[in-house]
Amino acid sequence: MRKLIISRVLQAVPTLWVIATLTFFMTRYAPGGPFDSERAIPEEIKIKLQSHFGLDRPLFDQYLLYLKNLLQGDLGPSFKYPEWEVSELIATAFPVSLTLGLLSLLIALMVGIPAGMIAALRKNSWVDYLPMSLSMAGICLPTFVLGPLLIYALSTQLGMFPPLGWYGPADWVLPSLTLGLFYAAYIARLTRAGMLETLQQDYVRTARAKGATSWRILTKHAARGGLLPVVTFLGPAFAGLITGSFVIESIFFIPGLGKFFVTAAFNRDYTMVLGTVLFYASLIILLNLLVDLLQAWLDPKARQEK
Amino acid sequence: MSSTHSSSLGRDAWLRLRANKMAMASLFLLAAVALISLLGPLLCSYSYDQQNLDRVFQSPDTTHLFGTDNLGRDLFARTTYGGRISLAVGLLATLVSLVIGVTYGMLSGYCGGRLDAWMMRLVDVLYSLPFIIFVILLMVLFGRNFLLLFLAIGAVEWLTMARITRAQTINLKNAEFIEAARALGYSHLRILFHHLLPNLIGPIIIYATLTVPAVMLLESVLSFLGLGVQAPMSSWGSLIKEGAEKMDAAPWLLFFPGMFFCLTLFALNFLGDGLRDALDPKSSKD
Repeated sequence: MRKLIISRVLQAVPTLWVIATLTFFMTRYAPGGPFDSERAIPEEIKIKLQSHFGLDRPLFDQYLLYLKNLLQGDLGPSFKYPEWEVSELIATAFPVSLTLGLLSLLIALMVGIPAGMIAALRKNSWVDYLPMSLSMAGICLPTFVLGPLLIYALSTQLGMFPPLGWYGPADWVLPSLTLGLFYAAYIARLTRAGMLETLQQDYVRTARAKGATSWRILTKHAARGGLLPVVTFLGPAFAGLITGSFVIESIFFIPGLGKFFVTAAFNRDYTMVLGTVLFYASLIILLNLLVDLLQAWLDPKARQEK
Repeated sequence: MSSTHSSSLGRDAWLRLRANKMAMASLFLLAAVALISLLGPLLCSYSYDQQNLDRVFQSPDTTHLFGTDNLGRDLFARTTYGGRISLAVGLLATLVSLVIGVTYGMLSGYCGGRLDAWMMRLVDVLYSLPFIIFVILLMVLFGRNFLLLFLAIGAVEWLTMARITRAQTINLKNAEFIEAARALGYSHLRILFHHLLPNLIGPIIIYATLTVPAVMLLESVLSFLGLGVQAPMSSWGSLIKEGAEKMDAAPWLLFFPGMFFCLTLFALNFLGDGLRDALDPKSSKD
């Protein structure tokens, strides 16, 4: 297990370097710059601004300087909001996205796993068909269709929740429900498939022969193997939750990191774009590592191989 | 010998698919959606960008089958035109991912050894990247170029295809017919594309069917964020975005494009499942 962690960390460094380099040159070679706004800035001020941020130096020098600062953990100031450090902006926006993501994941797991387990236990009965048809519908109903529909039904018609914004817990419900239900649908299907396979294993039969209750078999014996596909799915799910949050944040007008990132890219806020990309990349690498560790803990075979 | 074998395999698969009611229903539904999308703009007396400010927010009736939007544009014309774009993006981007993924996977599996290890390592690393962020970045920075859209989406979706192709290649590369081809002195390229590729078609088709909805979803996410196709052109994603903004005044603006889009995704997913059962009877059905 220690070997896994070390090899991942060693792999992460070059990966992040490649991402930083790619993003740096991609943003710089794209047309437009941070100071080409609609209201024209006088030429001399623009030049001063550029020299203040070091944009008048050769591109490669800027790149080296950026890397040097990066190694010291300094993401630099935002070009669009110079009074803010990029790290401060991320620290403001990320908790919002994190809340949204965690709540959605919670909903997805709490709806998806029980639904899949019940479906597997009573295979080919209505408690199997109903949740499985619903989950197929859920997979095919993208968040940007489900979100407006939920707003229309629960907010416009019934007035139960506020339709937009992010001020208090009441605002959290609709966005996390929208994002969570989509993943609940996937997780229900994966749980069902995993459980069906595990319930046929010899050790489950042994447990049953020794008189274990079906509840105990479900929670103690079968869950460990049966939930492996779900754990494997968590890796891509995290990445998907981030993507999903871009859409959700735009539907519900939530000031999260996804919205900041898209705005920063539109504004050509170089440091902000780079900072956000690197932040997301590190986050995903970290989460993937966590998923792998969890997988190793659940599956003795994988532990051996690693 | 090999040709009769493969044709009977194909016929077997087709018979199995025919027996699968959901898959056949999906196939008909897809054909219907494709036909409406192709013919709709031709049959409709309005064009997708024709504005009529006297008839804004018209609810669906006989003159405007799906109603009109805030500029009086006919929603039927816009939905079917958007269908063309969405389906075209779905198919072309899948093709891009197919070409990249299959070539990469075959090479990696066929060559084996250290090259294989490194190539798969790269796929693992790419898997763990926030690719969608790069796609968004690319679309924002370099404008909403249609070609770029295909390439960007295709470039994201090839990874799984490469893994599947590699696994199949490794299974087959020591088979007797490959050995025979090698003994006959054929070049590696000929063996790869003439002998190996035809035997990989099954899994490739299955996965491609499942890639199309994923690609269409990605396109619509981009369009929804305002980064895909630009007005007055339409795709289902951009129409759903407009519909969501105006759903209080005109719910049909969300309903019709949303319905077309969801039905298509639904049908593609079911067809993919059906094809997997038909082409690969050994794989589990769950």
